[in-house]
Amino acid sequence: MLITCPYCGPRDLAEFSYQGDANRPRPDQHDTDQARWNAYVYDRSNPAGPHREYWQHAGGCRKHLLIVRSTLTHAIESVAFAGAQGATPQAPRRAAKGRTKTGPAKGKKP
Amino acid sequence: MAEYSLFSLIKNAWNGNRDWKPAWRKAEPKTDYDVVIVGGGGHGLATAYYLAKEHGITNVAVLEKGWLGSGNIGRNTTIVRSNYLLPESIRFYDFSVKLWEELAHDLNYNVMFSQRGILNLAHSPAQADDYIRRGNAMLHGGGDAEWLTPAEIAKKAPGVDLSASARFPVVGGLLQPRAGTARHDAVAWGYARGADRRGVDIVENCEVTGFLREGDRVVGVKSTRGEIRAKKIAVAVAGSTGRVMKLAGIDALPIESHVLQAFVTESLKPFVDTVVTFGGGHLYMSQSDKGSLVFGGDLDGYNSYAQRGNLPVVEEVMSEMVALFPGLARVRLLRSWGGVMDMSMDGSPIITTGPLPGMYLNSGWCYGGFKATPASGWTFAWTIAKDAPHAINAPFTLERFHRGALIDEKGQGATPKLH
Repeated sequence: MLITCPYCGPRDLAEFSYQGDANRPRPDQHDTDQARWNAYVYDRSNPAGPHREYWQHAGGCRKHLLIVRSTLTHAIESVAFAGAQGATPQAPRRAAKGRTKTGPAKGKKP
Repeated sequence: MAEYSLFSLIKNAWNGNRDWKPAWRKAEPKTDYDVVIVGGGGHGLATAYYLAKEHGITNVAVLEKGWLGSGNIGRNTTIVRSNYLLPESIRFYDFSVKLWEELAHDLNYNVMFSQRGILNLAHSPAQADDYIRRGNAMLHGGGDAEWLTPAEIAKKAPGVDLSASARFPVVGGLLQPRAGTARHDAVAWGYARGADRRGVDIVENCEVTGFLREGDRVVGVKSTRGEIRAKKIAVAVAGSTGRVMKLAGIDALPIESHVLQAFVTESLKPFVDTVVTFGGGHLYMSQSDKGSLVFGGDLDGYNSYAQRGNLPVVEEVMSEMVALFPGLARVRLLRSWGGVMDMSMDGSPIITTGPLPGMYLNSGWCYGGFKATPASGWTFAWTIAKDAPHAINAPFTLERFHRGALIDEKGQGATPKLH
């Protein structure tokens, strides 16, 4: 499996580490609803077909990536920086201020 | 007289082997059953067998989308063991080993269960402490465990690199003598034959494409061979759990499907007569009766329904094999393949009524399903027949994740690729 990192180009699977399902919206940190947190932590849609998932280019630029990949064929449909506009599954936060996990991708693309 | 015996063997040898019956009929599906089991793998077939044998429920169909033995029952590394830490796991898997010990007699079918033991090598004092603790838990739970020193390991498994200069020097090993291996295909065939002889219909090439519903209740399945109604629908489809349960409208489960690879070398003369695992990474190996070394390692580590994996894991497993047995460096690999694992969020299975009325679910076997085949079938049959779990499988519910009652042997949390 080759993954085409937006920074580094096509690289071997061995350079990447899998970070899991990107279909689970994380509840707001102030949310106290047990069922929503349980669903976030434990429940997966586990689709057979296109799957939105996070990877990290751990052996390269170390950027977190949002990849759409078929779980049936391992064919990769798209690769983008996680956290780029439209690439995050997170529910809207109350306060957008403070640190963000991954910096904006704007202007960094080669 | 048993159907397979020395006498029947001689009798059939004399008349040219013309009188053997097929091990199971090619059944046509009826339109109505008491129980329909989706999935003709080891667990589904064992469930049908124990439903008929223990509970007298014989109006049962097992629906298999391919041929018997085409899934994980024919793709595993055939290891049977019960070397667990937590009381729920010890009780369940030790019950399974007890069923294994009598299985060939029970089925009148040689499943070639060989109690050659499993040896978990420890490579640091901390790991040794951990393994000894697990061994004590096994003894406490009524099982068997022995601690071996490097000198004893040298006798038990002579090929292991026990030198102090090894990258991960061996400091000792936990042996479970009653563990071993079995002939995986024979397990499927033996259960299929046992169930068939008791009246169960085994329907191959019959893929379930949907469920029949009356309100909330599941009352049957749509299949490539027509609609089949049943009072109870049991699902035992391992790696395909996500796909099949979606057909019933269950979109979220505490399961991810991952691919696990396994490997076989060319045949060698007797090299190792126990199952050996490497604690410096993740490797388990044994030698088959044909002489091939059968071994495997970690999951590929990403969601997959493809029954094939990628090369980084192949390289990792090979390097571990050579680290453990330097003498095998030039042995050639014959075959490798992949199977789809239903990885649960705590590494333990789910055997339960529900999640819909009329439905029963057996899933979440991670990569330990083969050894559990008899106990899984036995407890699932009980759960289906009585509409309630047996004490042995009562902890393995679907709700335990949301209740926080996890059975997490490795303490990895909700990260399926690490279990």
